[in-house]
Amino acid sequence: MTDESKSKGWFSRLSDGLKKSTSKLTDGLTSIVTKRKLDDEMLQEIEDLLLSADVGYATSHRLVGALKKKRFQQDVTVEEVKATLAEDLTSILKPLEHSLTFEDKPTVVFMVGVNGSGKTTTTGKLAAQWKAEGQKVRVVAADTFRAAAVEQLSVWADRADVPLEKGAANSDAAALVYSSYETSISEHDDILIVDTAGRLHTKSTLMEELKKVVRVTQKLSEKAPHYTVLVLDANIGQNTIQQVKLFQEAVNVNGLIITKLDGTAKAGIIIQLADAFKLPIHYLGVGEGIEDLQSFEAAAFIENLLSLKSLVDR
Amino acid sequence: MFSALSQKLTSILDKLKNRGSLTEDDVKGAMREVRIALLEADVALPVVRDFIAKATEKAIGQDVLKSITPGQMVVKIVHDTLVDVLGEAQELKLTHIPTVILMAGLQGSGKTTFSGKLAMYLQKRFSNKKILMESLDVYRPAAREQLKILAGQVGVTYAGYDSDKPVQIAEQALSKAKKEGYDVLILDTAGRLQIDDVLMQELEVVVKKTSPHEVLFVADSLIGQEAYTVAETFKQRIPLTGVVLTRVDGDGRGGAALSIRSVTGCPIRFLSVGEKLHELELFDPNRIADRILGMGDIVGLVERVTETLDQEESEALAKRMQKGLFDLNDFEKQLSNMLKMGGFGGIMNMLPGMSKLKDKIDETKIDEKVIHRQIAVIRSMTQKERKSPKLLNASRKRRIALGSGVEVQDVNRLLKQHQDMETIMKRMKKLGMSGLMKAGLKGLFNMK
Ligand SMILES: Nc1nc2c(ncn2[C@@H]2O[C@H](COP(=O)(O)OP(=O)(O)OP(=O)(O)O)[C@@H](O)[C@H]2O)c(=O)[nH]1
Ligand SMILES: Nc1nc2c(ncn2[C@@H]2O[C@H](COP(=O)(O)OP(=O)(O)OP(=O)(O)O)[C@@H](O)[C@H]2O)c(=O)[nH]1
Ligand SMILES: [Mg+2]
Ligand SMILES: [Mg+2]
Repeated sequence: MTDESKSKGWFSRLSDGLKKSTSKLTDGLTSIVTKRKLDDEMLQEIEDLLLSADVGYATSHRLVGALKKKRFQQDVTVEEVKATLAEDLTSILKPLEHSLTFEDKPTVVFMVGVNGSGKTTTTGKLAAQWKAEGQKVRVVAADTFRAAAVEQLSVWADRADVPLEKGAANSDAAALVYSSYETSISEHDDILIVDTAGRLHTKSTLMEELKKVVRVTQKLSEKAPHYTVLVLDANIGQNTIQQVKLFQEAVNVNGLIITKLDGTAKAGIIIQLADAFKLPIHYLGVGEGIEDLQSFEAAAFIENLLSLKSLVDR
Repeated sequence: MFSALSQKLTSILDKLKNRGSLTEDDVKGAMREVRIALLEADVALPVVRDFIAKATEKAIGQDVLKSITPGQMVVKIVHDTLVDVLGEAQELKLTHIPTVILMAGLQGSGKTTFSGKLAMYLQKRFSNKKILMESLDVYRPAAREQLKILAGQVGVTYAGYDSDKPVQIAEQALSKAKKEGYDVLILDTAGRLQIDDVLMQELEVVVKKTSPHEVLFVADSLIGQEAYTVAETFKQRIPLTGVVLTRVDGDGRGGAALSIRSVTGCPIRFLSVGEKLHELELFDPNRIADRILGMGDIVGLVERVTETLDQEESEALAKRMQKGLFDLNDFEKQLSNMLKMGGFGGIMNMLPGMSKLKDKIDETKIDEKVIHRQIAVIRSMTQKERKSPKLLNASRKRRIALGSGVEVQDVNRLLKQHQDMETIMKRMKKLGMSGLMKAGLKGLFNMK
């Protein structure tokens, strides 16, 4: 990856931002902590924090390098430094806050991603949420391969109280998606969510298959699919970059959902993602229940990442 | 990306003019690059630290041989340390009837799929085993249905007790397995977060009620820094006996393998390499080490270096033996080689005129554990002591015993054995057998 060239954007902005010497977040709150010079030890502490959050070596190193340049040897507390960093990282991720809108009827939403990332569960949560917002939603069980994948989505469709389209085991997913889209059009749905089978981004046959499933929808509307959402597991480390890259190349991903953020994973990898792909983040998955879905808020996400405040109150 | 580390190390170290042995400074510079490589491969930070300390210790003072560069030498040391920490593959043992095998791990890690794969593997490996499967996942929609379908595909029985209480289901499945004479009971569980106290407690109770012989931690090989915390907590709460890594068919660097192995101390047993039931492999530390270091060509490199080392080492040893010299350092090398080549018997068979001694040694029943222990004893000695064992008085022996975790009598036994060998070497020299010996040793060391 050509980190250097691509990152100029937010990274130089960040370096400028770090000049700000005070921050509303820190004043008062952290004065209990004794101030000391921003020395190598403190910088190491912050780098370790970033590394442990899966920010990645290169990005962590650069972030800390920028801190060092701007504030080295000033009297600060670790909490202050963290808070400054939090503000600046938040401003990087802020532009990624983006909820979905549904102008076309039906709007076709594809859920794609590697195995076990949370596509089916998130499909269920989204169906419930959008239905509650007054939309007419339909879901398609396009995973015709994995054992009991259809049954799994069928339970979610019941929970969300939306209709489910399904085919026989091992049947052609593309044909199913095409006919479901036709049904959705004639039934005047607002939203059609397609839950696809999990696949590793490196498996070219499976990626070709996915391309084909996506392509058939274009026979009915050249705007379809309106959204192709890549579902990412927050626990995954640096491989996430590869996943985004290859899925985007194959099916033109235009948004992300990050799941399993109710655990201790911080998904710091999205700082790298923000840099390299600039894809909006629509939602965060924060549990296995139907309501465990949050819209993405950069500030909360970063506070969780820097261990300032948890994303989910337990 | 590939072989980036190898190139970096080469550029750092190969500038060195002083080609004697690796100094602390040389090694420190190199280890900074190793640290970065490990972090980029998703090895958890605390594990990276431990690993670097270990590899540094091994590398400092290492002689760099004429025929390889210092960069290659460090790559080999790092690689070997990695293979060492990753540990050997270990087969599951089905010694109990029924042998109860429990899966545990985070959501979506691949537990259910692996349960099916394991059933298929055991069925193929032991054609006559009766296998029972049961799913304790009453939470995720259609989770039990999923295992039932997989059991059907493999052709083993799925118990499917009707209850919403995992502990109850487990107990019923176990009593069925006992009553009906099943050899293996595979229990699949729901995915859970390590911080979910209620579900972790449930798992503890299942363990208590079923006393599984194997508790396998099933983890996604693509997992990042989280591997550490997650594995640590699972290990604290339930008695893990092994690790299974999934999605190894992807292009992940696999640092999780090192993190999880280090934290749990449990052997990695299987690699799951696909969605289909037959896509399962036994763990191979070399393959994972190569991946973590991101070096496609490292296998060749390591083999080359190993060959060179063995050759130079064996020539040196042969030369010393010709002179009738055989100190404890030589003895340690012999012992290490023995481990490589399958024990004393194997070696002695290859040495001409040694069959008598072989019988004697067979009598004393030396096994690998003993050899490991002996090596540990020698490593607890100072260089001086190794070169002249006569220095070893009672207090030194006590120190060595303490340092290597054995009794003083074990130290004595080792010294006696060394003395016997030394006597043989001396006798050989007198008998003029050195030429024969040299030929024997060459064959010995060249064979891997
Ligand atoms: N804790 C937690 N678990 C989640 C979350 N989202 C999904 N899961 C769990 O993760 C596991 C996998 O989720 P699925 O929805 O089946 O994932 P998938 O991407 O559809 O999987 P495949 O179709 O097999 O590729 C299930 O056990 C879910 O309950 C989340 O936000 N938090
Ligand atoms: N590519 C690949 N996919 C795998 C592998 N192992 C499992 N999967 C897939 O990963 C997804 C999740 O696997 P499951 O076996 O359902 O995982 P689980 O741990 O039982 O999930 P929960 O019960 O929901 O916690 C499925 O789509 C599997 O087909 C593997 O080694 N490689
Ligand atoms: Mg699914
Ligand atoms: Mg499961």
